[in-house]
Amino acid sequence: MLDWLFVSPPERRLLGAESRRAPTPWVIAIMSFSIMLIAATGLALSNTAGVLSRAIQSRYALEVPAGGTELAPLLSALRSSPGVTSVEAVPETAMRKTLERWLGPAANSADLPVPALINFDVAQGVDLGALEKKAQAIAPGARIAAHRDSVAPLLHSLTLLQVVAFGLVLLLSAAAAAAVVLAARGALDTHRFTIDVMHGVGATDLQVTHLFQRKIAIDALIGSLAGGVAAAAVLLLLAGGAAFAGEFTGGATLGLEDFIILALLPLALTALATWVARTAVLRALREAL
Amino acid sequence: MAAVAEFDSVGLRYGSGAEVLRDLDFRLRTGSFYFLTGASGAGKTSLLKLLYLAQRPTRGRIKLFGQELSEAPREALPPFRRRIGVVFQDFRLIRHLSAFDNVALPLRVAGARDEEVEGPVREMLAWVGLADRASARPPTLSGGEQQRVAIARAVINRPELLVADEPTGNVDSEMANRLMGLFTALNRLGTTVVVATHDVSLISATPGAQLIKLENGTLDDPAGALRHPHQKRSS
Repeated sequence: MLDWLFVSPPERRLLGAESRRAPTPWVIAIMSFSIMLIAATGLALSNTAGVLSRAIQSRYALEVPAGGTELAPLLSALRSSPGVTSVEAVPETAMRKTLERWLGPAANSADLPVPALINFDVAQGVDLGALEKKAQAIAPGARIAAHRDSVAPLLHSLTLLQVVAFGLVLLLSAAAAAAVVLAARGALDTHRFTIDVMHGVGATDLQVTHLFQRKIAIDALIGSLAGGVAAAAVLLLLAGGAAFAGEFTGGATLGLEDFIILALLPLALTALATWVARTAVLRALREAL
Repeated sequence: MAAVAEFDSVGLRYGSGAEVLRDLDFRLRTGSFYFLTGASGAGKTSLLKLLYLAQRPTRGRIKLFGQELSEAPREALPPFRRRIGVVFQDFRLIRHLSAFDNVALPLRVAGARDEEVEGPVREMLAWVGLADRASARPPTLSGGEQQRVAIARAVINRPELLVADEPTGNVDSEMANRLMGLFTALNRLGTTVVVATHDVSLISATPGAQLIKLENGTLDDPAGALRHPHQKRSS
């Protein structure tokens, strides 16, 4: 299957001295560099969304508009309810500090009614409706809100950014493929005479194709590895070492799987370039007799 | 005697132009020696291209080695091309390859390993008098030397059909005679040889050779000596 990669020196000589001055490795290197950075960003965003989503999956807030007068019995009722795994009241000072952003110093006025807020986590299958009724029996007007509802717009934006990153990776891959097609056609034009002679002595299209496929595969491998190494260096520099993604994404880090995916990207780009080159050359050759 | 090539009502046109070859009916007998003659523009090179499968006819049928190849799929042609040796007027040597590699090309294309290539190529280069020029590249060879490398490449696979387009057009008369000597030697070994030439002296110096004369793209064969047998019976 990969026998085309291992050709004899005489076969190698057929295309003349291989030159690295050709633009293909450079183009592939730039594409690989960009793809790696965008993919790393996309993966970090995905991890951030995952961390955030998991953290708020089972978290709810009990809002008491009337304030903290019934706080103690509410806390007690929640703690004694089956399936409630943790209960934590938000201190009034914290609530006032939050309100300060909108109200300024007036937020600290004793006349201002400050609603009470109790955050709690539940196990799967807990009847939230029953829990809410229980709370309303103590503090009429109390209601339960899911944290995920308030964070949904942020998660939606993160998902959109991941889609954009994935789309950019696809677009850059398509641009790299287009560059390879142009390079393959250019190489065919350059070596048209040699190809004619080879066909004349009975070479098959596959034999001719293998020569170009090998050359472009080597160019693509060199370019994509160079681009990948440069991207890795930039990521490390930007992130300041191993904790880069943690700081970059607010807690989420790139895991082993992400690093494997990133490491495989240059190889995937090489495989794509090789396949595209093979297809382009075979198609071009079939246009001749 | 079996035919190497059979042309049946063959016509050829390039693009939408007029036909450059019309109604060609002939057969080339195995082991024979042919000279293809005709004025410039008569269609000699086009006819040779049909013979060495570089061109498909726009009408009619061509059989080579007993196989109908006019409409054969592209991937079916390489095995037949390997049975044909071609000597071009402009040599068509690959400039960046040595004489050795140029001559070895048909063997390598046919899948020969390096150790199977060395001996025959050295022998062939010696046969054409270029044993000491094996590592030279075409631009450093004289016209005659390049022509001999081209001939060595054409015959290295012991082709059943050898096609040569004006092979002596770029060499002096002494070299021309020497090249013709190579062709006749090959013909004696059983190869069918077709040489396109303007040079009447070559024809007269090759006893037993037959003439294929082209005039404005048609075959000048009033006696029907070259025609297909079934047409001879009906005429």
